[in-house]
Amino acid sequence: MSSHRKSLIVVRRLLQAGPVIVLATLIVFALLKLVPGDVAVTLAGDNASDARIAEIRHLYGLDRPFIVQYAAWLWRAAHGDLSASLISREPVLISILRCFPHTLLIVALALAMAITVGIPLGVAAAARAGARIDGAVMTVASLGVAVPNFWLGMLLVTLFALDLNWLPATGAVALGESVRGAFIHAFLPACALAAGGIAEVTRQLRASLVEILSSPQVRTLHMKGLSPAKIMWRHGLKNVSVNLLTVIGLLFNRMLAATVVVEAVFAIPGMGSLIVNAAIHRDFPVVQGVVFAMVMVVVLLNLATDILYTVLDPRIA
Amino acid sequence: MEAATGHAAPMTTGPSGQTCGIARTELLDVRSLSVAFRTPHGDLPVIRDICFTVAAGERVGIVGESGCGKTVTGLTVLRLLPERSLRLSGRIIFGGRDLLTLSARQMRALRGCEIAMIFQDPTSALDPVFTIGDQIGEAYRAHFPTTRKEARERAIAALASVGIPAPERRCDDYPHHLSGGMRQRVMIAMALICEPKLLIADEPTTALDVTVQAQIIELLSRLSERMKTTLIFITHDLGVVAEICTRMITMYAGEIVEDAPVDDVLVTPRHPYTAGLLRSLPGLAARRSALPSIPGRVPQLGQMPKGCRFQPRCQHALARCAKPQTLSEFSASHHVRCTRAREITLAGVVTV
Repeated sequence: MSSHRKSLIVVRRLLQAGPVIVLATLIVFALLKLVPGDVAVTLAGDNASDARIAEIRHLYGLDRPFIVQYAAWLWRAAHGDLSASLISREPVLISILRCFPHTLLIVALALAMAITVGIPLGVAAAARAGARIDGAVMTVASLGVAVPNFWLGMLLVTLFALDLNWLPATGAVALGESVRGAFIHAFLPACALAAGGIAEVTRQLRASLVEILSSPQVRTLHMKGLSPAKIMWRHGLKNVSVNLLTVIGLLFNRMLAATVVVEAVFAIPGMGSLIVNAAIHRDFPVVQGVVFAMVMVVVLLNLATDILYTVLDPRIA
Repeated sequence: MEAATGHAAPMTTGPSGQTCGIARTELLDVRSLSVAFRTPHGDLPVIRDICFTVAAGERVGIVGESGCGKTVTGLTVLRLLPERSLRLSGRIIFGGRDLLTLSARQMRALRGCEIAMIFQDPTSALDPVFTIGDQIGEAYRAHFPTTRKEARERAIAALASVGIPAPERRCDDYPHHLSGGMRQRVMIAMALICEPKLLIADEPTTALDVTVQAQIIELLSRLSERMKTTLIFITHDLGVVAEICTRMITMYAGEIVEDAPVDDVLVTPRHPYTAGLLRSLPGLAARRSALPSIPGRVPQLGQMPKGCRFQPRCQHALARCAKPQTLSEFSASHHVRCTRAREITLAGVVTV
């Protein structure tokens, strides 16, 4: 029965992905057309005549109506063809496959930090709610939420890369080249990205745990003679796991978006850099391809979260 | 006014000290227990000078209106209230030890093993994300280190003993799969799995359907008898007390006002408040169209009248009722906190 329910969730989520992809790419496409600038001018090069620019515009179909251009892109994308960059002629899929691992590594590392640091902090604060350690943790967490990640990124670079020379300041190494190198390069950007995440996980976890710990069901656990450690780690965490999962899911989405800025600070050739460069040159197939890929990732992640909910909470099924 | 003085409770040699420590085999001996909640505006006394003993095998009913302190009394015996925000005084002697002086670890060893408690609402008292078998087995494993398999078998046996059909299968159900009555049965199974000496049942049927209430009462009564578990039954249902308890303690506004054998108090209550409660009982009172009630309202915490706390609502009140009242001996087994106890005759519900 529950496996039937789970496949229903999968189907429903995947069906939802379609409209979301169309809407997201349409909005981004429209924005690209609204802002001034023309890819044909870039392609024609310096000192090109108006006739040459018009010729190129016609060649790439850029003189066709907006909606026709979009429909043509969508039609090809639906058939698995994300087109090629107008400027470099590189297939968009290849660009994405080259850039995405860099972004994913940073986000995954940042998320892992947020979870492994945020959970113990949240538990410590909740276990002594109202005490001094709680106040200290919450003050630091409030700071973490408030600090902008690009500013923190620049601070980290100044301190650990430029002054102490412990870690590289910028750039990235592909996992395929050197696993160690990839992690070393990803560490600082992940830290910059993780600070807000750690704070978020800590605050949300503390709030849900404090609520659970004062509930009648926990009074029953005390009545049974269980130790506070067992109540916290076995019952407390399992009861708030659904909330925690929601926070982590949203955090992943937010981190994916925030890499655009962090990648710029650390000069990492990830998805953020790819979409920013493409947008500057109105290279719309690349922009559309990146948006398409990001939406797919977010939809698949939400799907995974929904399935995990049913595992964590027997009441959801 | 008591909040201002800070220590409303006299220490162990209080005026009612003579009622404590009667020579018999007591399982529980509560002496001059007072509890106040600490607030930013000073202490808020909740129960004051609570003194009673429970002998092994007894079934004591604690009755009174909502907010009279019966639940706080029960929770304090198990020390289940957040102690950082409490001011506690008095003693709770159980098995020769004062529970209020035990360490957290010693107290844990006692909870669920020697003293257990059942709560009012079984729906919120169970953990929704663990199976009932797991939760019952956990109560056993907390005190007797054993394998998961044995704990599960014990949980199944416990479920069977509280009358849950197909316990092998039900064991893997989650609380939301069960009805309210079934959940309270699970709660009872959990509380009794270590065969505690004392079981405190705090309004175990209030949240249940009327049709289920009688079954749960019957089950509790039967199991406590079979396991020789002493029972403290906190309720506002005097009918249940009359049915299953041997003794009745009446509480009013945080104090014990009367403590007597059930048969005795039902016939001749000695405190006007107890008499008022009995009078307003639909089942036991004569069936008339309008049910008698006690006029007035319970005084608010922190705004208790000096002297007898029931005096503003009492039709027998005299000037001397404004002086502090003590819980004093009326007869060997009957104690009452009323200065006029020997002067007035009050109607009970059972006429001999």
